Amino acid sequence: MGAMTIVLIIPVILVLTMLVIRGAPAISWAFLVEDPINGMTAGGIFPALFGTICIVLVALFASVPVGVAAAVYLSEYAPDNWFTRIINLAIINLAGVPSIVHALFGVGAFVLFFDFGTSILAASLTLAVMTLPVVIVSTRESLQAVPQAYREACMSMGATKWQTIYRVVLPNAVTGILTGIILEVSRTAGETAPIMFTGAAFFLPFLPQSVYDQTMALSLHLFVVATQVPNVPYNLPYGVALVLIGIVLVMNSVSIAFRIYLRGRRKW
Amino acid sequence: MVEQSPIHLEVKDLTISYDDQPALSNVNLDIRKNEIFGIIGPAGSGKTSFLRILNRMDADVDNMSFTGTVSYNGTDLRTWRNLYSLRRRVGVVFPLPVGLPMSIYENVAFSPRIRGVRKKADLDVIVEKCLRRAALWDEVKDRLDALGSLLSGGQQQRLTIARALSQEPDLLLLDEFSIAVDPVTTMRIEDVLKELREELTIVLVTNLVQQCRRLADRSAFFLQGECVEVGNTEDFFTGEVKDQRTRDYVEGRFG
Repeated sequence: MGAMTIVLIIPVILVLTMLVIRGAPAISWAFLVEDPINGMTAGGIFPALFGTICIVLVALFASVPVGVAAAVYLSEYAPDNWFTRIINLAIINLAGVPSIVHALFGVGAFVLFFDFGTSILAASLTLAVMTLPVVIVSTRESLQAVPQAYREACMSMGATKWQTIYRVVLPNAVTGILTGIILEVSRTAGETAPIMFTGAAFFLPFLPQSVYDQTMALSLHLFVVATQVPNVPYNLPYGVALVLIGIVLVMNSVSIAFRIYLRGRRKW
Repeated sequence: MVEQSPIHLEVKDLTISYDDQPALSNVNLDIRKNEIFGIIGPAGSGKTSFLRILNRMDADVDNMSFTGTVSYNGTDLRTWRNLYSLRRRVGVVFPLPVGLPMSIYENVAFSPRIRGVRKKADLDVIVEKCLRRAALWDEVKDRLDALGSLLSGGQQQRLTIARALSQEPDLLLLDEFSIAVDPVTTMRIEDVLKELREELTIVLVTNLVQQCRRLADRSAFFLQGECVEVGNTEDFFTGEVKDQRTRDYVEGRFG
């Protein structure tokens, strides 16, 4: 068991160490807040950093309400019949679809059909669809972990089903739901393929003015500076990667802090 | 005296099924206002299923159904459109105390809140009154904001009784309330029940036949999904029974 744990941890440590050693020299305050210059071989990454944050937030706004609502329906209301089973199967399949296929779906549905153009909105919705299964499955599992006795005790007091869910079931499941959202954030921030065709720009030294604008994004920027642009300084791509990992860690920390806060407020 | 009080619950030809498998068949009995009605019987005899029908939990349990009629103050439970208003009049205490994961105060204030009591002052009055009636107030009045599940088992069970009382019920269903409670607390709760009988009707499911004898005016004996006998509790113990199985059970020869 211990050996397996070490086997799991070693790659993580190696990757992080390498990123820090090679990427840290590239990072400075200016790197974070300035635009890229000289064909992206110098300057900062601010537009990409800002774009990634925008994309992740919009994706969360889209997928969390839908995902949680779907999970509440599946866990608390849906009868166990062929229709529900098909929905569950669809969710599992959705999780298994390659991200490039999601990208094509996003182009067809959001960019063209809904006519959002290549924009933050289209990119975020594509990512939202892709990460929906994560939210649904983790929420559903944490709802089902709430003891049935709570529901029955609550309903026997004359609470409606919705009052029971809202006052007793959801507050008990909130930590599990947040865990799902943490996973979603990590995946959303790191995905490249789904946003390449739907909203992320190769090079765009302006900040987006609305969700209908294109934006740069860290993940795509990393791909670009690592493979597409000549004469990039050795440390630059590692610096971008380090910032990307840093964003994910910061967002996760916020979720964890929020979780601890909620737990503390309820005193158990 | 009890015999003359009006009928609160009238059960006719009640059969309860799970997935079309009957769990309790052909129950006919009356429960009168302000009596303690005991139900005894070994595990799996349908006692808990019977209680669940009385507050129509079958409507929210997918595989549960019943035939026959149960009348509540003369109204057929099936015709009761708003199940939530019915359940608010029926308090339930479960075998293992189910303290909702909230503070002591919120546990008791929950039911008043969902029926629309908003003012803090009103809630304070209700919470204190219910905790006093459940003989718990003195032990918890200084820590109402503590989590209900941190109380001892006996205190939690009294908390669930207080919670049931906060619904202002006229019928209280107790399902083996003493299963996780020490004997001293059990006696305290029994004293509470005797006082509550002045105000409401109590249905007491228990597998302690002596507890049934101490508390219940009349009783029913359920065995393997059948209501064997209904009668004055005292008769069960003095041998004036219609069915030999009842005597065997209360004398401990089986079950």
